[in-house]
Amino acid sequence: MIPLSFYLILSAAFFAIGIVGVLTRRNAIIIFMCIELMLNAVNLTFVAFASFFGDSSGQIFVFFVMAVAAAEAAVGLAIIIALFRNKLTINVDEVNILKW
Amino acid sequence: MSIEIITFIILGIIGLASAILLVLQKNPVYSALLLILHFLALAGLYLLLNAQFLAVLQILVYAGAIMVLFVFVIMLLNLQNEESLKDPFNLRKIIATVLGFVLLLQFGVFFFIKAKDDLAIQPSPNSIEAGSVKKIGELLFSVYLIPFEVTSFLLLVGIIAAIVLAKRKFE
Repeated sequence: MIPLSFYLILSAAFFAIGIVGVLTRRNAIIIFMCIELMLNAVNLTFVAFASFFGDSSGQIFVFFVMAVAAAEAAVGLAIIIALFRNKLTINVDEVNILKW
Repeated sequence: MSIEIITFIILGIIGLASAILLVLQKNPVYSALLLILHFLALAGLYLLLNAQFLAVLQILVYAGAIMVLFVFVIMLLNLQNEESLKDPFNLRKIIATVLGFVLLLQFGVFFFIKAKDDLAIQPSPNSIEAGSVKKIGELLFSVYLIPFEVTSFLLLVGIIAAIVLAKRKFE
């Protein structure tokens, strides 16, 4: 039998990798993928707890997280396309028009 | 070792390896493919946790729909490889990696030392039923009906926002 803490530490590792990716990479699409990685790490935690407590509510939250992630991916990628059209780059270091 | 633990270890290694390689990869297309592999490993972990509905949904929504969107945008933008990956040791990367490890260490200390007894629970016997489409559908259309409707509205807003953002030329 696999203990609950194994699932939790695995999802914590996924989350930490996602954070390192967001902080180190400069390509907006890769940063987006790392955000998806972190969302999925949280989903794994939800599913693990839902399964160990025998309660479906946690799985329904994962369902909602998936819907939000789908909306977020569509809007975010549209922003990236609009950005590329204006600046011809998606390197987040070169996008500094909000800085003063 | 039971077959369950072996499956968990294999899926965990696939998930971890694909996530690490995703972050280290220069070419965004390879990153996208590794992310699909990561999602498939997660779907396997969901199956291991008796969440059948979510495992199917993970493959359909994430590995299917969202990843098609990613790959499409990557091909549309025709990017070159990232320049900053050529210098492996700048200050930002070192600090970020240290922060990631500290976070992981904190989680590890919490899960395996502080909350060891709280987390030592047996899996619920009705977890197979809890992950079924029938149970989730019943809950989704009774207790969580309003959040469900709000989610549909959110997706509608997402569609409109994506069209408006991708269409308009900022001048």
